[in-house]
Amino acid sequence: MTVLVPTSLDEALSALAGMPDALVLAGGTDAMVEVNMGHRKPIDVVSVNRVSELRSWTYDPIEATVHIGAALTYSELMQPPLADLLPALAEAARTVGSPQIRNAGTLGGNLGTCSPAGDGLPVLTALDAVVHLASTRGERSLPIREFMVGVKRTARERDELITGVTVPVLEGWQGYSKVGVRNAMVIALATACVAVDTPGRNLRLAIGSVGTTILRCDEAEQFAAAEVDFIGCVASSATVSRFGELAAAHSRPIDDHRSSAAYRRHAIGVLSSRLLRRAFPHE
Amino acid sequence: MSNHNGPTLDGSIAVQLNEHYSLDVNGETREVQDAWIGESLLYVLRERLGLMGSKGACEQGECGSCSVMVGGELVCSCLVMAASAIGQPIVSIEGVAPVGSPSDVQQAFVTAGAVQCGFCTPGLIMATHNLLERSPEPTETEIREELSGNVCRCTGYGRIIDAVQQVAVARRSAVAS
Repeated sequence: MTVLVPTSLDEALSALAGMPDALVLAGGTDAMVEVNMGHRKPIDVVSVNRVSELRSWTYDPIEATVHIGAALTYSELMQPPLADLLPALAEAARTVGSPQIRNAGTLGGNLGTCSPAGDGLPVLTALDAVVHLASTRGERSLPIREFMVGVKRTARERDELITGVTVPVLEGWQGYSKVGVRNAMVIALATACVAVDTPGRNLRLAIGSVGTTILRCDEAEQFAAAEVDFIGCVASSATVSRFGELAAAHSRPIDDHRSSAAYRRHAIGVLSSRLLRRAFPHE
Repeated sequence: MSNHNGPTLDGSIAVQLNEHYSLDVNGETREVQDAWIGESLLYVLRERLGLMGSKGACEQGECGSCSVMVGGELVCSCLVMAASAIGQPIVSIEGVAPVGSPSDVQQAFVTAGAVQCGFCTPGLIMATHNLLERSPEPTETEIREELSGNVCRCTGYGRIIDAVQQVAVARRSAVAS
């Protein structure tokens, strides 16, 4: 067994090319649980959270996008000025685990694990983020909805590394909401992100923990965009309720040891309505 | 030692480890030998290096009793692959203060009655030192949020919060005088 701790992207990609069965280890908050429990016995490990190219973020005001390196931690996503550019992502980051988990866990790890309950993923899905992958064969970029394939399944090839995401910066309210059994240290039972694009006169709704991967609620989005007043931030009570109903109807939850499908569907309706009301506070 | 440290084209260091490696723990270089290198930092601290202060309970990052500082960040040592922490400063509860000379936080936990069975205490001490460094005068809500990753099943947290607040007050008056 070999553990490699590369500090540059070239080294990391060479390592993965040479050991395509290696476990890619970022913050360890998912992977080390499996290792500790004996569910995973890695042959080789490439630890990527000290790769300098993955540790930074940049804002492009012309394109109105933020590029986030895959090894940025949740704690870093919560800090301004990044948090001011992507407030829903900062909000989602704050709901992850505890300070210890947020100091270790990374956005790239959230993408790599691709749990339907991943807290960063509904925000990235609502914002139509683009995921960047690299290998010694080259680089490619995928819309997040193509990157997420299923429960803990992604479009990443074995020798590829998630290097980061490009996230559009929208002008408009955005927020993230989550239901779990307590406020801290909880895996989501249901999550929702609403992001408003005021100049574009549209809004996005992404829901998590209620399908094989994150779902966008196209029907609810189009319904609300036609009903709300984007300038006055007005939505009627009927619009808010119907938005929640459409979101709940779009969810595909299952019964499992954490919750029932019926509860999750109900929670999606509540969270979606609540977020729409926060986005459009006037009746 | 079978660490292979060598400069690369851009001057960074690639570390390849097989069976032996060394860690920087509490300011000392500690050799880790004959260990499976997938072991968690918690396991290495306790079972390889004999540092029993960090506690293992859940081994999945939920209880915080194994909290240590790695590279200046408070983390759960059970979720750190020890070999990946090579070259980064690690501070465990043993590095907070010498035996017999407790830190102000440790003393406040004793004085406030914040220690009952004591199993969560090392992790809470680490988290409290880290909190007060970043936020010298935390509100109660902030204390609760910042310590939310450290589970205590005895105290109900009231006296733990009292202890944190006592330290904050004592440090402020020490600065004032």
